[in-house]
Amino acid sequence: MVNTITIGQYVPAESIIHELDPRTKIGAVTLLIVALFLVNSFTGYGLITGFLGVAILLSGLPVRFVMRSIRPLVIIIIFTFILNIFMTPGKTLLLLGPLQVTDTGLYRGTFMSIRLVLLILATSLLTLTTSPIRLTDGVERILAPFKRVGVPAHELAMMMTIALRFIPTLLEETDRIMKAQMARGADFESGNLVGRAKNLVPLLVPLFISAFRRADELATAMEARCYRGDEGRTKLTQLVVRRVDVVALLATVAFLTGTVIWFRV
Amino acid sequence: MIRVEGLTHVYQTRQGQELKAVDGVDLNIAPGEFVAIIGHNGSGKSTLAKHFNALLTPTSGRVWVAGISTSDAGRLWEIRQKVGMVFQNPDNQIVATTVEEDAAFGPENLGVAPAEIRRRVDEALQAVGMEEYARHAPHLLSGGQKQRVAIAGVLAMRPACIVLDEPTAMLDPVGREEVLGTIKRLNRDEGITVVLITHFMEEAVEAGRVIVMENGRIVMDGKPKEVFSQVRRLKELHLDVPPITELAQSLAREGVPVTPDTLTVEEMVQQLLGN
Repeated sequence: MVNTITIGQYVPAESIIHELDPRTKIGAVTLLIVALFLVNSFTGYGLITGFLGVAILLSGLPVRFVMRSIRPLVIIIIFTFILNIFMTPGKTLLLLGPLQVTDTGLYRGTFMSIRLVLLILATSLLTLTTSPIRLTDGVERILAPFKRVGVPAHELAMMMTIALRFIPTLLEETDRIMKAQMARGADFESGNLVGRAKNLVPLLVPLFISAFRRADELATAMEARCYRGDEGRTKLTQLVVRRVDVVALLATVAFLTGTVIWFRV
Repeated sequence: MIRVEGLTHVYQTRQGQELKAVDGVDLNIAPGEFVAIIGHNGSGKSTLAKHFNALLTPTSGRVWVAGISTSDAGRLWEIRQKVGMVFQNPDNQIVATTVEEDAAFGPENLGVAPAEIRRRVDEALQAVGMEEYARHAPHLLSGGQKQRVAIAGVLAMRPACIVLDEPTAMLDPVGREEVLGTIKRLNRDEGITVVLITHFMEEAVEAGRVIVMENGRIVMDGKPKEVFSQVRRLKELHLDVPPITELAQSLAREGVPVTPDTLTVEEMVQQLLGN
């Protein structure tokens, strides 16, 4: 059960998309998300899908592999679709007992689902083609100008790094505690929702205690290695903006601005 | 390298009681020495070690590292650069998501230039034999490998001394062998001062000097042969004696011509064959 969770599933490869500066990619994805919320027509979404498709092809990753990232969120997409179909007022197309399917409902449901799918694909492409280190470096550098107004850019990036570093460790530990508690007769699989939630207590308590102990030891180890925030800190890997980054970002801005202006109702 | 004078450290327990973890310790560790500190749980060995890089500061007494007093808060980072520390749990001291990024963590904190960090990271990983794993994720490594990465992380800061606080306690025998071999090589080839806190007597035997602690005090201090030949004294302190030494002593009592301070199997074999 525990092994099915993957976060930041980076796939190393050599492609234009992989080699773009993480800031370029984060910027492009942010713009794309904004565009998805501004564009208001299927034709516009079609264009954005095409744009994303080109990016996926350029990344050299198998299209089916990228599509798989939708799977964990299928339920949410279906839920959104159904909710929109039934809850939007409009001309009734179909009556199912007390529920009615309306034409605007059908339209909005489809529209929202496509929006979600595109959102997931765009962000997945980012994490699939960017290593966690470059991603956190990118976030840190993007936020750096806002340090003056009190945004803890370095601390946020450090937290991301440590979280990514410890996710596998804590998952392993969860698995171990689960097995230990099951050996003592704990039951994590049967019962209703409330019962199951209650059964999680003997799992969560040791897990939390251990996580706090780890945090404490890690902090000591970091201090022993002279960690004192980002004051006077240098980096092993440097981020360099190349011409391809400028071109990619300009192309994205041009394309998305065009689409938004044209297809915004 | 490290000089300790009249060091006492008092902990405040949660019940508000005062607990003397280290009680009037005087100690001198010379550059290039390989010192093992043994003693059972609660003997104060870990607390003493934490004073060597100013993770703790003395309640009373003084500790000098390369001539700098650890109570001098202004030179804290200098001290921590000079004395690196490796801890027991390999998982809880690796910060970054790849091996090389973790080795770079120390020099990054010191503000070393990127090209120089690269050089140091490569050297440090080579010194512990982990250069092939530079881009691996730490959670996929074995315990011994993780601990070697932790040592590399310390080495990249170019310390003069490494303090290891029970670095092999959570490892399997293979991992223990890897880590101990690495420590010995660093001491011998790089001339790095090593302070190894351990409760494995087979490891202490490898050191050039063994210090035994009990109730926050140093009760024995000498060459491994001098310390481990005092079997009765060690047993009084509830410490193990290397099995081979115990055997040598029994044999010696029975009139077999072996010296009672035999520490390793090889030594025993040589003596028996020699006769």
